[in-house]
Amino acid sequence: MSDAPAVTSPAPVLQPAGAEATRSDWVERLRASSEYVAIPVFAVAVASALFALFLLAVGKSPADFIAYVWRGGFGTAFSFQNTLQRSAPLILTALAVAIPARIGLIMIGGEGALVLGGFAAAALAIPMIGVAPPMLTLILMAIFAMLVGGFWVGLSGFLRYARGVNETISSLLLTYIGIAIMNFFVEGALRDLSNPNKPSTKPLGDAYMVGKIPGTDVHWGFAAGVFLCVLLYLLLERTTFGFAARVTGGNYRAALAQGLPVGKLIVTCSAIAGACAGLAGFFEVAAIQGRANASLAAGYGFTGILVAFLARHNPLVIPPVAILFGGIVASGGLIQRRMDLPDATVLVLQGLIFVVLLTSETLYGRFAFFRPRARRDRT
Amino acid sequence: MTAAFVTVLIAMLGGAIRVSTPFMFVALGECLTEKSGRVNLGLEGTLVLGAMVAYAASYHTGSPWIGVLAAGVAGSALGAMHGSICGLPRVNDVAVGIAMMLFGIGLAFFFGKPYIQPTAPRLDSIPLGFFVDDPSLKSALQVNPLFFVGIAIALALAWALRNTRWGLIVRTVGDSAPAALAMGISVNWVRLLTTTVGGFLAGVGGAFLSLSYPGSWNQGLSSGQGLMAVALVIFARWNPIRCVYAAMLFGAAGAIGPSLQSIGITQGYYFFNAAPYILTLAIMIATSSATHAARDMPGELSMAK
Amino acid sequence: MSAPEISRRALLKTSTLGLAGAALALGGVGRAFAAKDLTVGVVYVGARDDFGWNQAHAVAIKALKAVPGVKVVEEENVPETDAVSKSMESMINLDGAGLILATSFGYYTPFVVDLAKKYPDVEFRHAAPLWNKDKDPKNAGSYFGYLNQAHYVDGVAAGLSTKSNKLGFVAAKPIASVLSNINSFLLGARSVNPNATVQVIFTGDWSLPVREAEAANALVDAGCDVVTCHVDGPKVVIETAEKRGAKTCGHNASQAPLAPKGFITGAEYKWETIYKGYAADIAAGKLPPNFIAGGYEADFVRNTPFGAGATPEGQKAALAAIEGLKARKPIYVGPLKDNKGKVVIDKTYDNLDPFLDKMDYLLEGVVGSTT
Repeated sequence: MSDAPAVTSPAPVLQPAGAEATRSDWVERLRASSEYVAIPVFAVAVASALFALFLLAVGKSPADFIAYVWRGGFGTAFSFQNTLQRSAPLILTALAVAIPARIGLIMIGGEGALVLGGFAAAALAIPMIGVAPPMLTLILMAIFAMLVGGFWVGLSGFLRYARGVNETISSLLLTYIGIAIMNFFVEGALRDLSNPNKPSTKPLGDAYMVGKIPGTDVHWGFAAGVFLCVLLYLLLERTTFGFAARVTGGNYRAALAQGLPVGKLIVTCSAIAGACAGLAGFFEVAAIQGRANASLAAGYGFTGILVAFLARHNPLVIPPVAILFGGIVASGGLIQRRMDLPDATVLVLQGLIFVVLLTSETLYGRFAFFRPRARRDRT
Repeated sequence: MTAAFVTVLIAMLGGAIRVSTPFMFVALGECLTEKSGRVNLGLEGTLVLGAMVAYAASYHTGSPWIGVLAAGVAGSALGAMHGSICGLPRVNDVAVGIAMMLFGIGLAFFFGKPYIQPTAPRLDSIPLGFFVDDPSLKSALQVNPLFFVGIAIALALAWALRNTRWGLIVRTVGDSAPAALAMGISVNWVRLLTTTVGGFLAGVGGAFLSLSYPGSWNQGLSSGQGLMAVALVIFARWNPIRCVYAAMLFGAAGAIGPSLQSIGITQGYYFFNAAPYILTLAIMIATSSATHAARDMPGELSMAK
Repeated sequence: MSAPEISRRALLKTSTLGLAGAALALGGVGRAFAAKDLTVGVVYVGARDDFGWNQAHAVAIKALKAVPGVKVVEEENVPETDAVSKSMESMINLDGAGLILATSFGYYTPFVVDLAKKYPDVEFRHAAPLWNKDKDPKNAGSYFGYLNQAHYVDGVAAGLSTKSNKLGFVAAKPIASVLSNINSFLLGARSVNPNATVQVIFTGDWSLPVREAEAANALVDAGCDVVTCHVDGPKVVIETAEKRGAKTCGHNASQAPLAPKGFITGAEYKWETIYKGYAADIAAGKLPPNFIAGGYEADFVRNTPFGAGATPEGQKAALAAIEGLKARKPIYVGPLKDNKGKVVIDKTYDNLDPFLDKMDYLLEGVVGSTT
């Protein structure tokens, strides 16, 4: 990915002038980084204005709409937790796109890894329920989900390196194949016959479920996602592995010429991606559904693609973007109910917000205000 | 056993003709766009909006061909929007495409509600099977004119890209923007144009879905066909003729699942239904090679860099 | 379904009412179960105007809107993930809903059950015969129409309207209610035509129009001259079969206008019977029943008026079958074998027997497999 920020844009953190970083340095730094807040806020405002026009055109009140977005997605304790919970799988599936993107691959197979990872976790749990202790079972389930998810996306990475098969299309194809595998087993050999109206694996049971984060109504998948974002950010930005991956993403030939283990890097990044999506599948099974079934293929993997691109493949930006996404979906329900609008309204809104947000990327670096004074003086 | 085998073969022939057309149109549109160095992943949204607009226009005007045209115009509008936004510096075309996919689908679902139930005039097919007696074969040979239009466009596109000045311009823009600039070509204008035309074709593909086969408008109509068609361009290695082959292969493979079940081979239908994906992947693995990976890929594509 | 399309104007009109009511609910959360300021929250798995399952519910739910003091809030396209749990919770917390109607099978476990435990003051009713009075919370419940009875009638009419004795069935997924419709269709056909067989094609999901059309074509190619289906929107299957010259039986709503030449009859829900009953209960300040399910004997299902494809003998036999069902004449007269030769129904069961809700087999005479 040529436009991965770390490769092409200047390092975001300015070098302080020696050890005695003064107060004005901090102000300058704040000013520089405020661009990354001001422009997105401006973009969301523009998108909201456009959407307000759309609402006026179909005879609805934009003021109500804004009130409901706030109330339904962010304004009450319940709403905000609703938003966080909905963002949890998106954080993990966005990582599944962002990590390979840093090495120059467009992987869109998170959905397949999520489905297979979740299914694998549920299948592994079947013989362990009531035999092994819940904690051990859950840990093994999570590891197995990550292994299977990692294998599935890693396969795309391997095919890319070893056979030159385009990873975008192979990961998409493997997604559909993965869903078919899950359905085959869930409706066949591993089907729980006591649940005749929704083909599923046997339920885990309450004792074997992942709980909520204490004091909240949000499951642990959210915390795991945020933790992984930080961890993978550090891996990419602060380790030799991350450096090698970014070099490969920036210039494949140069990486080969420098003798970097390109094949290993590609497969490893793909496998990490798949493991993140597989972990999302584990939480869908162990924190939400309590069993594997066709509802695992709910499109989180595909939404994650957009989240990753909006976050410009920066793991630290993924959580806020995913939360924005979760908030729109959460408030979408309230908007449907109160304004009696069809659900497609939310799709139109999402499309508008994200198109405008992406368009706003062209504004970066165009306003003198955000440039540090020192640099402005120099130029 | 032979009779059963023949049934499957006829179904695959029918599938190749019936199911392939929307894939063909979307893939050709995307092929042209990508030849100029831009990726528009949003054609799924264009396809769905095209299907809705075509059905609505046909319903209101009584003429399915006006529907086809309207779908093309709606598709061009989305294409032009994508093309102009991505002309701005630092804007990522892949991401804008995904966002526009949501936008297109949203518009189609929002305005398409009143058209789910009514019946609109559909496109007529040409009964090319008039000379055969077998009813299955006769039906498989009911070919929609758009199928031939798609093939004609593929041939014209392949020829034009190779032999005309316009083709040269598009290819140059797609392979090296600096070279194009040096020739005095406006890279953004060319890409805006190819994305708009690509959107037009994808919209027409949608019209086929709602006005010919399966010939009805509803929200599940596309279920990812547009996304798959965009991926097929990679499979077809940016060659319009191979896009047609890929679309027909995909259509034929899609008929395997239902027809095997109809002759009593029913165990494991999930895998038969996934045949198009499995087959495509197998062919890609068999025919790709690490050394020639990106040989045919336009050099300006964001995924090529 | 005879309901007209939802026009834009109708959407606008109801929305103003919805807004006026919404302002009231913001004030406080009322949990008393009286028609006065009761908010009913409805969740649908698909679009409310899908010309199928969801539309059938949405149209019938208008009966609740007519009760004075009752406000209905609706949310569509809610997937069977924690999205549905959060949507229902949002209805309770933000809209003050006192009654939740969850209209998709997959909503029940774990989502409806867990929420009913979490919110004991809110009533939940779910559209599938899944509520278990021993295990499940008392503030949850089920309502269901046994559509398989109407498919049985379809089968009777089809069995006397076919020439090839091969009937085709396009099905989405091998879940109990779908299998029960297929098996009842077969038994209906066999009751009048012992040579009839039913060929099933599973598409794998509820709404895949292209594959549904391919399946309908494949069935006709395989010699079926009557085609029916159980998918979310039957329009594509019916129209494709009609185009191929096959006869058709409908599902969920009236598809008669889609097949002027070959339509026989179709299986339809009468959800309005149930929702009107709910409305009456609410108006009288009573809780809706925890479990209510039935078929012809309870007026919860019906058949579409006969089309041009139904032979006079078929019509006569179908009308007789309806009378039989109203008198609870059993469909499943045991013992019956599945299509692998195993006895799966040991004796004769009543049409409403819960034993039949657990169906996971296709009976002898059905060509197809559940995996």
